[in-house]
Amino acid sequence: MANKNLTSVLKKNAMLIVLVLVYIFFTAMTGGKMFEAMNFNALITQNAYVFVLATGMLMCMLTGGNIDLSCGSFVCFLGAIGGILMTVKKVPTGAAILVMLLVGVIYGCVLGFLIAFVDVPPWIATLAGYLAFRGWGTALLSANSTTGSISLAAKKDFLGIFSGKLFSTPANKMNMICMAVGIIACVVVVVVSFLSRANKIKKGYEAESFTALLIKCVLSVAAIMLFAYKLSLAGGLPTVLVWVAIIVLIYNFITSRTTLGRYFYTIGGNREATRLSGVDTRMIMFLAYLNMAVLTAITTFIVTARFQAANSQAGTYYEMDAIAACVVGGVSAYGGAGNIFGMVIGATLIGVINLGMSLMGVDANWQKVVKGVVLLSAVVFDILASKKNSVK
Amino acid sequence: MAKELLKMNQITKTFPGVKALDNVNFSVEEGEIHALVGENGAGKSTLMNVLSGIYPYGTYEGDIIYNGEVCKFQKIKDSEEKGIVIIHQELALVPQMSIGENMFLGNERGKKNAINWNETYGEADKYLKMVGLSESSRVLVKDIGTGKQQLVEIAKALAKHAKLLILDEPTSSLNETDSKALLDLMLEFKKQGMTMIIITHKLNEVVYVADKITVVRDGSTVETLDCHTMEISEDRIIRGMVGREITNRFPKREAIDKGEINMEVKDWTVYHPVYTERKVVDNVNLNVRKGEVVGIYGLMGAGRTELAMSIFGKSYGSSISGVLKINGKEVDLKNPRAAIDEKLAYVTEDRKGNGLVLSNSIKVNTSLANMKGVSERGIIDADKEYNVAEEYRDKLNTKTPSVEQNVGNLSGGNQQKVLLAKWMYTDPDILILDEPTRGIDVGAKYEIYCIINDLVRAGKSVIMISSELPEVLGMSDRIYIMNEGKFVGEMKADEATQEKIMSCILQSGRGK
Repeated sequence: MANKNLTSVLKKNAMLIVLVLVYIFFTAMTGGKMFEAMNFNALITQNAYVFVLATGMLMCMLTGGNIDLSCGSFVCFLGAIGGILMTVKKVPTGAAILVMLLVGVIYGCVLGFLIAFVDVPPWIATLAGYLAFRGWGTALLSANSTTGSISLAAKKDFLGIFSGKLFSTPANKMNMICMAVGIIACVVVVVVSFLSRANKIKKGYEAESFTALLIKCVLSVAAIMLFAYKLSLAGGLPTVLVWVAIIVLIYNFITSRTTLGRYFYTIGGNREATRLSGVDTRMIMFLAYLNMAVLTAITTFIVTARFQAANSQAGTYYEMDAIAACVVGGVSAYGGAGNIFGMVIGATLIGVINLGMSLMGVDANWQKVVKGVVLLSAVVFDILASKKNSVK
Repeated sequence: MAKELLKMNQITKTFPGVKALDNVNFSVEEGEIHALVGENGAGKSTLMNVLSGIYPYGTYEGDIIYNGEVCKFQKIKDSEEKGIVIIHQELALVPQMSIGENMFLGNERGKKNAINWNETYGEADKYLKMVGLSESSRVLVKDIGTGKQQLVEIAKALAKHAKLLILDEPTSSLNETDSKALLDLMLEFKKQGMTMIIITHKLNEVVYVADKITVVRDGSTVETLDCHTMEISEDRIIRGMVGREITNRFPKREAIDKGEINMEVKDWTVYHPVYTERKVVDNVNLNVRKGEVVGIYGLMGAGRTELAMSIFGKSYGSSISGVLKINGKEVDLKNPRAAIDEKLAYVTEDRKGNGLVLSNSIKVNTSLANMKGVSERGIIDADKEYNVAEEYRDKLNTKTPSVEQNVGNLSGGNQQKVLLAKWMYTDPDILILDEPTRGIDVGAKYEIYCIINDLVRAGKSVIMISSELPEVLGMSDRIYIMNEGKFVGEMKADEATQEKIMSCILQSGRGK
């Protein structure tokens, strides 16, 4: 019995375990570099875009394995617009952000309309965007600069909102605010877990055992505090972490607790049945792509702020990273299954692999090969596991 | 006594946790039609899968003796080489390919890696003639009807030189005429010396074609009835299947005072959504009162589902015209949501295709059409949703370990109950039930009928669409007869008989 429990726990958290193992592997291979405070920071700042884009991609994929190939190119295009507005035209930052968001919303509406109401297959509609926006963005950049890149280094307010540190301290001093945020997060996690279990028991539903809950809490607290500690040594809380956390929490709520989120799942499971149940399925499809474009706009802010520039290479392969994060995180390639938690694990795994290989000095080309293999293995593992589970 | 062609001895097949077949003995004589009947999940298909090598030798216990020798099939090809060919319930044809291509799929004519098209089509035509199809084998499969597709499947089996043909629910998607033609074809083959096993739920077909009937129940063979030495009635077979006598296949319903008209449809005409000049529903008038079960009987393709779906928020068809009155008030239902809000429910015939989300739980499916009921301002009340699902599980006696179970793991009868639960939870006044008992076993059927009776007793109106005559006659207060898009007759249940209804349809066909 205990044995059976153990296997089911292992199976349920397979990707989490893989993540830890991969992390340990890279720490060993880089002689402990991976475990340095600076690289904890890098893991978040370098990969923030994956978390945000993968959240949008998750919503699209839930509706039936639909993807958005255009988001990477759109980051480049929107970055170019932002660069031109802020640096060339000297538009105030707030106005520029609004215009960029608006452009995102317009693209989202057009894309959503074409996919939901004209029935253009999503991968074709977004393939068109993939080609067009890369070209358009590059053209805009070369028309407005000599180098094909527009610097945003002077836009301190923009950079402050989307990059850098919250309440930063010098690198050699411990950042107390960061630790405090870590402790608050721990308390929230523990209290919420215990309350939810108590509630389940009170209502007579199946609840996890006390030991399991305790182990889970101890592990979560350890992980959060480790992160908080490392980040506090690296100058404080990265601003993007706040953005990512807010987005992840909001979408976790939407997907697990709202009727709107529920419809994304049922459409992916059976579109006709959902339609005949009185749900406006076209509107949901429309929202999926509108939402994707808005999150792509937010990604653009984060990415241009980090690079302090808009350039024509921005966003290359981002769409692939987002899809890979979802798939590795257990989101069904056919739709209807997957959750934010899995996606976060998947995105982190992709990030760890990216960072680890860079630190090891693996050639960029070989990095792609490794990522391809990881993606495929994750899917194969998923298929085999679900085959074994379904007793037929 | 004829020679024993097949003997399956002491077959036991276990899946993890379940014994699907338990010491089954089954034998078939040469040249007979042997019917295999039993409730869903009794083990009929498992037995045939063992026979045809889908479950390879070694994964089951027991012996298969075919034509005097013990067979150890590793794969389907092995059994096909011996002439055992199985035609599965779901048609396995590629719609975009021609009949000929389909027929020799995996069995191509010509040299290795080079298909000889003349030989392919030539031979295909020969086999098509044997099953009475006049189509050229170059016609694409998607351009012929389901009835003819089923015949193509049989021709395909013949092309494999079948000696023992297994038909798994061959008529489940055919209308009455096509079914009859298929059964006659089976009788014709029998004359030519072919041996056949037929698996079917339709007991009238069993009585019509079978020489012997083997009843399977809970993974073992219960009895084998010889149709030539004893009088076989449908009730006799049912007794074997369920292990008890079902004295009444349709639960009695005390006469209720029929209330006022709940829904009325006038001059309803619907055109095909793609071939927009084709009328699928032609000038239909119908009404249903409170507390009444109205049956709509028609053959498959008569336009029944199309009529129902076009009423239900125009979810089918184009250029829909006519008047729809609910509670005396004229309404225009633009989409399913509007229909649900007017207390209309459509319980589809195709529960897997457009009824249920198989990859989601019973709970999710139960609340899907009425999320407002379990949520507040768009936020789901998880406790309430769980309780609603539990309530309907109790009410409809759905057999499942938990409402968190995925619907895809349930049997057909239980899936149908979840589908009904979903629509009952929208609290409708008018329910359109489209083939509510298709593909489910006798016991579950009875339960569904009881649910229907409960519904009308509570003052709801039920429109029941069905292509099973006994069901329509047994359950309805009033019956509309539909043929080729038109209503061709209406009769009270106590005046209606099978003969009257069939002649109604035949006459309307001749009138054209």
